[in-house]
Amino acid sequence: MIEISHLCKSFGQNIVLNNLNLKVNSGETKVIIGRSGVGKSVLLKNIMGIVQPDAGSIKINGVEVTGLSEKEYNKIRMQMGLVFQGGALFDSMNVEENVAFVLDEFMDLDRQTVRNRVKDSLAMVGLKDVEKMMSSELSGGMRKRVSLARILCMEPQIILYDEPTTGVDPITADAINNLIVELSHKLKVTSIVVTHDMTSAYKIADSMVMLYHGQVIAEGTSEEIKNTKHPVVRQFITGEAEGPITEGENLIFGHAK
Amino acid sequence: MVKTILSITNNFLVTFIRYAGQLSLLFLRSVYLLFVPPLKADRILTQMLRVGPGSFFISALVAFFIGIIMSLQMAYQMIELSAEIYIPSVVAVSLTRELAPVLTALIVAGRFGAGITAEIGSMVVTEQVDALKAFAVNPVKYLVVPRLAALVVMLPVLTIFADLIGIFGSFVLCIFKLDISAPLFYSMVVQSLTMKDIMTGLIKTICFGAIIATVGCHEGFKVQSGAEGVGKATTSSVVLSFILIIVADCLFTTVFYFIFRV
Repeated sequence: MIEISHLCKSFGQNIVLNNLNLKVNSGETKVIIGRSGVGKSVLLKNIMGIVQPDAGSIKINGVEVTGLSEKEYNKIRMQMGLVFQGGALFDSMNVEENVAFVLDEFMDLDRQTVRNRVKDSLAMVGLKDVEKMMSSELSGGMRKRVSLARILCMEPQIILYDEPTTGVDPITADAINNLIVELSHKLKVTSIVVTHDMTSAYKIADSMVMLYHGQVIAEGTSEEIKNTKHPVVRQFITGEAEGPITEGENLIFGHAK
Repeated sequence: MVKTILSITNNFLVTFIRYAGQLSLLFLRSVYLLFVPPLKADRILTQMLRVGPGSFFISALVAFFIGIIMSLQMAYQMIELSAEIYIPSVVAVSLTRELAPVLTALIVAGRFGAGITAEIGSMVVTEQVDALKAFAVNPVKYLVVPRLAALVVMLPVLTIFADLIGIFGSFVLCIFKLDISAPLFYSMVVQSLTMKDIMTGLIKTICFGAIIATVGCHEGFKVQSGAEGVGKATTSSVVLSFILIIVADCLFTTVFYFIFRV
């Protein structure tokens, strides 16, 4: 379970997360929606400990992680995986080396066991015979799948997805959505999916939150969000150019809108 | 006017001290992490192969021509004094003490140091450094330590070759153009060159190697934006390495001359 309370993060004068509260139950797939630049990726990086919050609390499986040393945080990180927006595959390595990265770094396994685990992880994301390909030879969708396979190799309890369907065609996007749902059901992992692709969000979410000005402004199931009367949420989910988000007259938390 | 000058000086000093502090911290962290297990020797060897054989040809070529050029420039004056037999001695001492270490370091900074910055900068931009952190891998241990170790070991090796090849360049010119015989050339070099000349040059290169690695990695980690940021960081990495190598060389030479009398 992940519990975030009163989380704040600023970059200079730019307040990105402002007193944010969020709870994700074990085994749940929580989708976070919101416009680009609203702080969705920053939230994931705060959870992974890549970015340090200015204030607030993050509890992962009951452990307060904000004050942990790097060594202690690394133990928590080994239970989690983050699928980066662009895949973040190591471009000096081929697919096999990328997927086996954590095994090679932390586990003393023989080559054949590593190869088998890499093959199994790639098969779980629907890829085969790509082990020797370099990351530059992969398509956008394949990169995301390899990135996911790299995380599955770690057998994590929590998977964070940063815009998993951005930049891929609708068919590949749907395949990735199916994969997220399947992994959630099969492996019982807790997932947080950041996206602004509403088709994807409705398909994979057990519950959904919307971020706006660094805070959660709406929370509910896919149906509840779809039928919300909240004008900001409505504008976002219907994708209309005109509305409260783009009015440019609200002044909230020091941000001129 | 005075206020403006003081303000500029103050800003420059603060920036300089902050930058020196950041470099020192990165260097000390890397040295500490070098001794923290697990030690992945294969990563260090990979980097050593990139620095050593990769930079050998260009540093050897430069050293060879510097040997010839120095001999020619000296011959211009020495012949007037009928003192051309001293050319091998002067070339050998200047090369081993000063020119070979500095020129090799500058070549490696331009070639390998710039490459380090571009590589790490691109990794920052494409979130590969964040991915390392997400996989509980310390980016300093993974990226900086192998490069630092490789440069500190390989730069002295490259310098030894540059010393030899530079002296060979001088030998070629002295034999074919200045009518100095091979035995005379050999005896003049051996008589004048002492172990302390070679060692002072090599000690400097260990420091130059550390400068190239630390500056290259630090500038790479600082990259924030895309291709433009990588380009700017690469340029500043080369410029800063050049400046710091020359400043360090001056400091070393002063210390060796005035304190150790060598």
